[in-house]
Amino acid sequence: MAQAAISFSSVSKRYPGGREALSGIDFSIQPGEFVLLTGHSGAGKSTLLKLIPAIERASSGTILVNGQNVSALNARGVPFLRRNLGLIFQDQKLLFDRSVLDNVMLPLQLTAQPWRDAQRRARAALDKVGLLERERANPVALSGGEQQRLCIARAVVNRPAILIADEPTASLDDEYADTIMDMFQSFNQVGVTVLVATHDLDLVRRRHPRMIALENGRLAGVGRAAEPAPPAATPGPA
Amino acid sequence: MNAWLRQHGQSLRHTAGRLRAAPFAALANVLVVGVVLALPLSAYLAVAHVQAITGSLRAEPQVSVFLAPGISKADSANLEMRLKNTTGVRSVRFVSRDTALANLKSAPGMGDVVATLRDNPLPDAYIATLRDEGDSAADTAEQLEQQLKALPGIAHVQADSAWVRRLGALLRVGRTVVLLLAGVLSLALVAVTFNTIRLQILTQREEIEVSKLMGATDAYVRRPFFYWGGFLGAAGGLAALLLVDLGRVLINRDLARFGDFYGVDLRLGFLSVEDALAFLVFATLLGVLGAYLSVSRHLSHIQPR
Repeated sequence: MAQAAISFSSVSKRYPGGREALSGIDFSIQPGEFVLLTGHSGAGKSTLLKLIPAIERASSGTILVNGQNVSALNARGVPFLRRNLGLIFQDQKLLFDRSVLDNVMLPLQLTAQPWRDAQRRARAALDKVGLLERERANPVALSGGEQQRLCIARAVVNRPAILIADEPTASLDDEYADTIMDMFQSFNQVGVTVLVATHDLDLVRRRHPRMIALENGRLAGVGRAAEPAPPAATPGPA
Repeated sequence: MNAWLRQHGQSLRHTAGRLRAAPFAALANVLVVGVVLALPLSAYLAVAHVQAITGSLRAEPQVSVFLAPGISKADSANLEMRLKNTTGVRSVRFVSRDTALANLKSAPGMGDVVATLRDNPLPDAYIATLRDEGDSAADTAEQLEQQLKALPGIAHVQADSAWVRRLGALLRVGRTVVLLLAGVLSLALVAVTFNTIRLQILTQREEIEVSKLMGATDAYVRRPFFYWGGFLGAAGGLAALLLVDLGRVLINRDLARFGDFYGVDLRLGFLSVEDALAFLVFATLLGVLGAYLSVSRHLSHIQPR
């Protein structure tokens, strides 16, 4: 079997003060998979996602990302781990002191890409999410959905092997959320491993991806989402 | 290598961008640093100036022995032998009355006075230079003065080292004050950069956080702040040089007028190019030091959550 893109084995996370956010988490995600992380708010989805780029560190257990042992990674190695990941945050973390284009350029600047190349790649990423004509705008002038697309452009500009998104559709209406999910799916189709946390199951049911469900910090189930039942078969109130 | 250069180029652009974004705030900071540096610099120039003026006066203790008019050649030669054999005397020099007059004529401000004289009123003289052995030399000079005064054929004995030595001591005080001032104000410069960079780190908190999330190394995050500290030091140093030079030009007009009364050039000189460059390098390094301390203190607190 090929090396897993992401694998957790008996991972626990205890915050100072004793609250256990995750306990005994075991799963693995193969390269090129599209996986959904579900659970109620407070189930530990965000904490789990933050363990992968070492924003939070596990209290125990082993986390492997592309074969790299994140649990044993020292502070010097963390930046290089993060460069191979495309991250989309719940609070977006856009910079409002610069243009849309400059926001997307940021990850490329960290690795000192030549200016022209960086600009070309940033424009290509903006084009993929349909924001090319807004490149000069300030992110504050974008709608909620456009801001989310900008986050996606910034996450994929480095052509990461793994894309991780925390509630990317939380503040969007269903139709828009669907477009965003389509984008993730199209990245997945070109080989990117995608891990998306969401509590909105209706949205993703028809895509029937593999699911990892969390409940109170424990793994509640791993499996595939059920096909949406045809409307006629829905049991009505008896 | 190429990537390395690009990274530094990028950090420089970043710093230049900050400068463009808030030119007046930057200017105010540069001025503060400039004023802080101008103080020890001007004090240094003042002390160096006094030192240069008194440098022409020899700080070695000397005893001048003026001979009575009409002393015989034999008595004069005897006296020379006696002086040479005194312990503590290094050398003895004969200054004839004609030489003395010629010296006087060339002395600053004295040319006009000498011209009014009908004949030479000056005596022959021996000038004994003593070994400079600190305070003991001053004692020797005084003893010699007492001994020689009593001898026949001698009109006057003068130990002329005392005031030069006192001035020298005063200059040493001045130099110490300049050093202390420079030390204290260097600390002030480091403190000013420390605080300026701290404010910058706080205002760029979000950018730093996001950069770290995207995989920025600590070195990448720090570099622009080092450049900023270096810029503050260098620009502040330059401002200090300009301020002090401006002050020098203004003071020199008055000093030149004052010096004219004595026929001397009292105008202040400026730093040599090498010294000015060394001063700028020093100021730059202090700025970088302030930035380094600030970055080490404050950047580690910013971790993305």
